[in-house]
Amino acid sequence: MSLLRIENATRYFGGLMAVGDVSFSVPEGLVFGLIGPNGAGKTTVFNLITGNYRLDSGKIFFRGEDISRMPTHRVVQRGIARTFQNIRLFSGMTVLENVLAGRHCRMKAGPIAAMLRLPSQRIEERRAAARAMAELLFVGLAGHAGNLAKNLSYGNQRLLEIARALAADPALIILDEPAGGMNDYETTALVELISKIRNRGITVMLIEHDMSLVMRACERIVVLEHGKKIAEGTPGEVQADPAVIEAYLGSDDEEF
Amino acid sequence: MEQFFTQLTNGLAVGGIYALIALGYTMVYGVLKLINFAHGDLFTIGAYLGLTLLASLALTDSVGAVAGLLLLAVMVMGLVGVIGILLDRAAYKPLRTSPRLSAVVSALGASIVFSNTIMLVYGPRPRVYPQGLLPTHVLDVFGLSIPVMRLVILATSLVLMIGLYIFIQKTRTGTAIRAAAIDQDAARLMGINVDRVIMLVFFIGPALGGAAGLMVGLHYGQISFTMGWLYGLKAFTAAILGGIGNIPGAMVGGLLLGVIESMGAAYISNAWKDAIAFFVLILILIVRPTGLLGERVAEKI
Amino acid sequence: MTAAARKIKKPLYAVIAACWLAAPFFLGNYQLDVLNNIAIYALLGLSLNIILGYAGMFHMGHGAFFAVGAYATAIINTTWGVPVLWLLPLSGAAAGLFALVVARPIIHLRGDYLLIVTIGMVEIVRIALVNNVFGITGGSNGIFGIDAPSVFGRTISGIVAPGDFFYLVTAFLAFTITVFYLLEHSRFGRALQFLNQDPVAAEGSGIDTARYRLAAFGIGAFWAGMVGNLYASKVTFISPESFSFWESVVMFMIVILGGAGSIPGVLLGAFLIIGLPEMFQGLQQYRLLLFGIVLVAMMIFRPQGILPPAPRSYDVAEDDGENGGPGSTPDDAAGVEVRP
Repeated sequence: MSLLRIENATRYFGGLMAVGDVSFSVPEGLVFGLIGPNGAGKTTVFNLITGNYRLDSGKIFFRGEDISRMPTHRVVQRGIARTFQNIRLFSGMTVLENVLAGRHCRMKAGPIAAMLRLPSQRIEERRAAARAMAELLFVGLAGHAGNLAKNLSYGNQRLLEIARALAADPALIILDEPAGGMNDYETTALVELISKIRNRGITVMLIEHDMSLVMRACERIVVLEHGKKIAEGTPGEVQADPAVIEAYLGSDDEEF
Repeated sequence: MEQFFTQLTNGLAVGGIYALIALGYTMVYGVLKLINFAHGDLFTIGAYLGLTLLASLALTDSVGAVAGLLLLAVMVMGLVGVIGILLDRAAYKPLRTSPRLSAVVSALGASIVFSNTIMLVYGPRPRVYPQGLLPTHVLDVFGLSIPVMRLVILATSLVLMIGLYIFIQKTRTGTAIRAAAIDQDAARLMGINVDRVIMLVFFIGPALGGAAGLMVGLHYGQISFTMGWLYGLKAFTAAILGGIGNIPGAMVGGLLLGVIESMGAAYISNAWKDAIAFFVLILILIVRPTGLLGERVAEKI
Repeated sequence: MTAAARKIKKPLYAVIAACWLAAPFFLGNYQLDVLNNIAIYALLGLSLNIILGYAGMFHMGHGAFFAVGAYATAIINTTWGVPVLWLLPLSGAAAGLFALVVARPIIHLRGDYLLIVTIGMVEIVRIALVNNVFGITGGSNGIFGIDAPSVFGRTISGIVAPGDFFYLVTAFLAFTITVFYLLEHSRFGRALQFLNQDPVAAEGSGIDTARYRLAAFGIGAFWAGMVGNLYASKVTFISPESFSFWESVVMFMIVILGGAGSIPGVLLGAFLIIGLPEMFQGLQQYRLLLFGIVLVAMMIFRPQGILPPAPRSYDVAEDDGENGGPGSTPDDAAGVEVRP
């Protein structure tokens, strides 16, 4: 069964077509890549999935449910978590608290339970903190738990965003250029982390410019250009696709 | 019917005042994205300075009523304009790179400083402009009796507004101001001295506000150190109504609000007159926050 | 926060609390009344702190909620003689409901626009009170003859015996501080701070930002309504003047200058803004002027307030693996207490 199904998604910004009639399915349990030259519409597709943008036409289904019109916070509750292309952490709060943000939708205690200091609320808090620490351990940031998020290095901030997303118990995690600003060493570690996430049973969807990362990590890839899907398949198939080669001709950074 | 036109002209006259003050808000907001809370107090300063200059220099005695008043207006506008520049230097410039809330709170502080300084200098009780300076006869226009001063006020406001509009649209400096309002960084890259533009905006806006204050003092006779609060808030409503940052919008908004207020006071209830502006404000911000003449801005995440 | 500062914190608070509680033994009636006012404003500041400090919503109309609570108490007490302390929750509910209705359409507005709307709102409320809306508010004359609170048959008059009232309001203040502290360190409190720092990221983490913003308004207003009840029963006479825009500005200043989002900060802010002018009686007429200058200076030199919030520590239990997640690696996660 496909976990996520995008049907004829279209979105305009003024007169500009950012995404035009894009359709594809993301099977469960894979690492799925979304690539394309700059301005191809990749982040727009992500924003459409997560509800940050509204579809102009088309539908998106998650686990069979139509999430096309769902507000972002509900999409997260349904089981899709994300990271952001331009890091969006709660910079004035601690690393641990940032991960607790991801835990929010899996907790229940409201203001009244908090003010009354109900035992159930206290237990929930401690377990949430424990889970948050576990996620920090998973991504390799356990030692930073008490630091302020803004004091972390760029690469660590990206890891923190991933930890936060994982804390939300997603079935699908969307990573928007997670390797942005990372060096080769950090990128390799990231590939391993993505693999570990997949081994937890979480489906991973990835936008990346770094071709070596994409080819190493992804099992299936969709290629966009100017808002349209121009290819889909395994890394090998996509690399050999003439339309893809042509789309990338003239850009500087990747080697196949 | 007669009452309708009386209220209409009344509303337009008051609206002209609101428009002049609103221009100050909108120009500053356009360039700095800042609500200059202290602007209403600059209007008040204009009124009080006018009083002081009028009394101390006895202009109208020496050069005659019309020339004297014109000279007075120029002086008041110039002085209030300079105070506007100083206000920016002291309270806003250090906060150019700070989060929005800091500048807003600083503006509030500046407003408190201004209004209380006026109170300490001039005393807490309302002051009165000398009478008999302005013609008080009533014109007969199409069977309606309209005080001539009401028309003069409206005319003066319109002249100032049109002058500003021409300046903004047709001169190089005006274009520079418009450019800085759209995108400061891009304007800087185009060689526009944005700091000078800001200085100019903080001169013109307050100058117009000061002129409005002077006119209110001359026409209505009584001024108090708290008048800036209500006038300022209504003028701000007018600016929002027309589309904040939009100069023609401030003019339209001001006149429109003046008329709405007059009509509302006459036909609905006078006791709620001041609340009308607030209702309009809230309504606009909920229904159409970009105002009548403002543009929708698409947001990209 | 440095280790030295942390060590001093608890004993310092204890000393301050002790001095405060001992005050009626040392101070005269007038000074006790000042302390009562400080407590009232501290309570108002704490309730505003939820909206402005945690959730970061620019709200300069808090006086409106204070007014709704005060007038609810005044009207019901003078009309039907219900004892004022019984009306405490009702006043809160009235203010809270009012806030939910009023905030609903404006909750999505951006910072400075929201600010202007709240100013408009508080002014409309004041004008409505002056115009005797629904015929029950007494117009600009206000309402007088409100009962003082009575506890176990003993009347606690804020006017005649400010020392007695002092303990009543202090008890409420202590209760408020406790409850708000718990709220700050809870899922709800965190959610408000998340949406303050970055609403897009908060939504992206599964937080319904609109609902939490409304809840912040509701809770802050509810509390302000209760304070309105206390205030009404203290002064036994209320009029629209007490609920002007200027009062809302004072509450706003207490939070911002003391330290938005910090309970000790707000308490300090109330003490300074209400208490200091009393100490310099001679400069009364310059009081507001100085306020204005301080505001501008603070924003330039110390915008976070005098006592900004400190990063929080968490007590982390062992991850028993029942939370889902990667499962625990026994040695690392067990019993770790995380401190800044």
